Amino acid sequence: MADNLAPLASREGPEPGHLFRLRRDPEHTAPAVPLADYPAGGTAVLLAPGDDARLLIPHLGALRRIDIAFPKFREGRGFSAARILREAGFAHEIRAVGVLTVDQLAFLVRAGFDAVLPATPFDPGVAQAVLARFPHVYMKAADAARPVWLLRQERALATPH
Amino acid sequence: MPRLLTGNRLETGDVIWWTGDGWSLHLNDAVAVDDGGEALIAQFSPQERINDLALIDVDPAPGGWRPRTTRERVRAVGPSVRPDFALPSLPVDAI
Amino acid sequence: MYRYDEYDQAIVDARVAEFRDQVARRLNNEISEEAFKPLRLMNGLYLQLHAYMLRVAIPYGTLDSRQLRMLAHIARRYDRGYGHFTTRQNIQYNWIKLEETPDLLADLASVEMHAFQTSGNCIRNISSDQFAAAAADEIADPRPYAELLRQWSTLHPEFSFLPRKFKIAVTGSATDRAAIQLHDIGLQLVHGPGGEIGLKVLVGGGMGRTPMLAHVIREFLPVADYLGYMEAILRVYNRHGRRDNIYKARIKILVNDLGPAEFAAQVEAEWAQLKPLGLDPPPSELARIAAHFAPPVLAADAPVDIDLSNPEFANWVAVNTHPHKVPGHAIVTISLKAPGEIPGDASADQMDLIADLAQAHAGDEIRVTHAQNLVLPHVRRDALFTIWQALHAAGLATANLDRASDIISCPGLDYCTLANARSIPIAQKLAVRLARQEADLGELKIKISGCINGCGHHHAGHVGILGVDRKGEENYQLLLGGSGAEDASLARILGPGFDEDGIVAAVDKVIGRYMTLRAGPDERFLDTYRRVGAEPFKEAVYG
Repeated sequence: MADNLAPLASREGPEPGHLFRLRRDPEHTAPAVPLADYPAGGTAVLLAPGDDARLLIPHLGALRRIDIAFPKFREGRGFSAARILREAGFAHEIRAVGVLTVDQLAFLVRAGFDAVLPATPFDPGVAQAVLARFPHVYMKAADAARPVWLLRQERALATPH
Repeated sequence: MPRLLTGNRLETGDVIWWTGDGWSLHLNDAVAVDDGGEALIAQFSPQERINDLALIDVDPAPGGWRPRTTRERVRAVGPSVRPDFALPSLPVDAI
Repeated sequence: MYRYDEYDQAIVDARVAEFRDQVARRLNNEISEEAFKPLRLMNGLYLQLHAYMLRVAIPYGTLDSRQLRMLAHIARRYDRGYGHFTTRQNIQYNWIKLEETPDLLADLASVEMHAFQTSGNCIRNISSDQFAAAAADEIADPRPYAELLRQWSTLHPEFSFLPRKFKIAVTGSATDRAAIQLHDIGLQLVHGPGGEIGLKVLVGGGMGRTPMLAHVIREFLPVADYLGYMEAILRVYNRHGRRDNIYKARIKILVNDLGPAEFAAQVEAEWAQLKPLGLDPPPSELARIAAHFAPPVLAADAPVDIDLSNPEFANWVAVNTHPHKVPGHAIVTISLKAPGEIPGDASADQMDLIADLAQAHAGDEIRVTHAQNLVLPHVRRDALFTIWQALHAAGLATANLDRASDIISCPGLDYCTLANARSIPIAQKLAVRLARQEADLGELKIKISGCINGCGHHHAGHVGILGVDRKGEENYQLLLGGSGAEDASLARILGPGFDEDGIVAAVDKVIGRYMTLRAGPDERFLDTYRRVGAEPFKEAVYG
């Protein structure tokens, strides 16, 4: 692929204006510190793909934002990291940062992300369409969506025998 | 050695060959691009209408060209096991 | 078989709409090919040598006649009148146009079919035993367990961007027709101490560049914990599988690097974290799915004895049918391997005919086998002659199941951009050459791949052939001694490679030596090879 088609921001770093955020609370703007440099009590941290998200569990009370890096498209470890943090009870912002496409948005949200700072900005219209696309889900994840097996069970219980 | 510019049309996937002023489904309509090939790829790539643009090595053959690799001969003619679909630029048994 | 409810249908319909939108954005140049390629691959759409290729999922290889007729319709309407059944029990179309793909997928969705996750670094189509619900030797029908996995893995938010593709096979029988030892996860239904059904879990098998047999990491997994445990395996893999080298990214490398015991311990630890989340559906969901797979009601008093006076028919019955668990019935395998034809290819007309036969005689079911044949699973023996006559007229009555001309072959360099050499012409030449003597040879599984990725399962062949590129020329390596069955083993390279004519002659020499070495007419080639080793064959080929 010709070099002039590579996403611009993958060379220059994400622009703050690209932030796609699904939270209503004010943005916590402290710069994210790499995990290796994270001081106890710090409020924002950046996880690299190979970092163990569980190392943050003792610090979840202090943290207000966790950024998770996706330096290339073929990187998928952050999906597990986000979900582990949600499973541990973290309720503040988890932000995906890096080479991410708008078509991954539903996966990201279900894995526990509620903000994305993509290398190239998302088209808001496409993003809304992606998030509204699937009326049902098959499995539990980090979001509140109820899997179809639960809907089926409820319907069966509601049906008189 | 001569080089040809080829790719696959985005909408259909069809194998196409650069003829000097357009694209053809037929290998034997191709023109040798030789040292101008990289510039053509640089021209067409950003248009994003032709996938897998590539320059391939060929030898002159009666009526046209013979690609040097089996892969490119198969691409030019069609599957060697389906002679009923073969395009005419090369005989199937010459793949 | 499984039928969609409104939830399943809504998800498949939404996927069609999503892909229609993605294709439109690409055709409008709103997104580049670089951005679009992973999106189309997640829907099984490849750009191959001649056109786009679409891989359609056939979950656990089961179809009904309505679905097979739709596959025929798609072959006619969107392709060139044929399709190719694959070693993953799927079907591929070779001449697809991107601009027509959304309509094609809508047609598929109208019969509860799709192309979800037939490519990409995600959990692929779940494969299973083609004799499910018909074989006498199974503990239970594995397909409800496979359908649970299909639903759980569809659009999984955590496991759609794995280090590499991920393949799971499920069988209900100790006789392994699903090659569970050669999958990322292999599952076998087993009885627990109290007689209850559970799953034996194998991890880390696979073919390709670094072939390995799977390791058992859990002898008995209760059904109630099934999906939670799968989730734990996938999470350990997603977090720790290698991403620095595409050739070392499959789970088998991780299992091998950690050692199976350490891998199993990590899965158990992750599972302990996941258990409280209640990821498994209640037993009622498995029961709901299983009810769909209730086998057709078959008459236990159907006659066992049938007229076998036609010798060609009698031979076909002997070679291509298996006993059914209900007396008076048979499992029919329809060979897509007539010598000289393309292994696994079926024309639209042939698909329609088989759909008609399935509807009339086989409980409306068709199965696709990993050996690229089709199966009618529930057939009365007194209908066999009618079926055979219809198949015979359509060129589908070749009696060669598991014999020398029943060759597995990937599409190879005739179609595939990854291939280094052609596979199909080798299969055609070998089949024609060996067909005359195959009755004497007995079971002989020849498997051909056109590149190291191994879609033709060459490492699991009694005789395996691997096409490679040697300085721009097609070259073929000969491997012996593999098996994908319950006696799984990996075939080994015999020696230097050959050109196209040379590989056919070399296989001939191997078979000639086998005929002089075998202990008796019942000793298969594989057994002889295991008894005497590679040396006599090396001597026959290179000596």
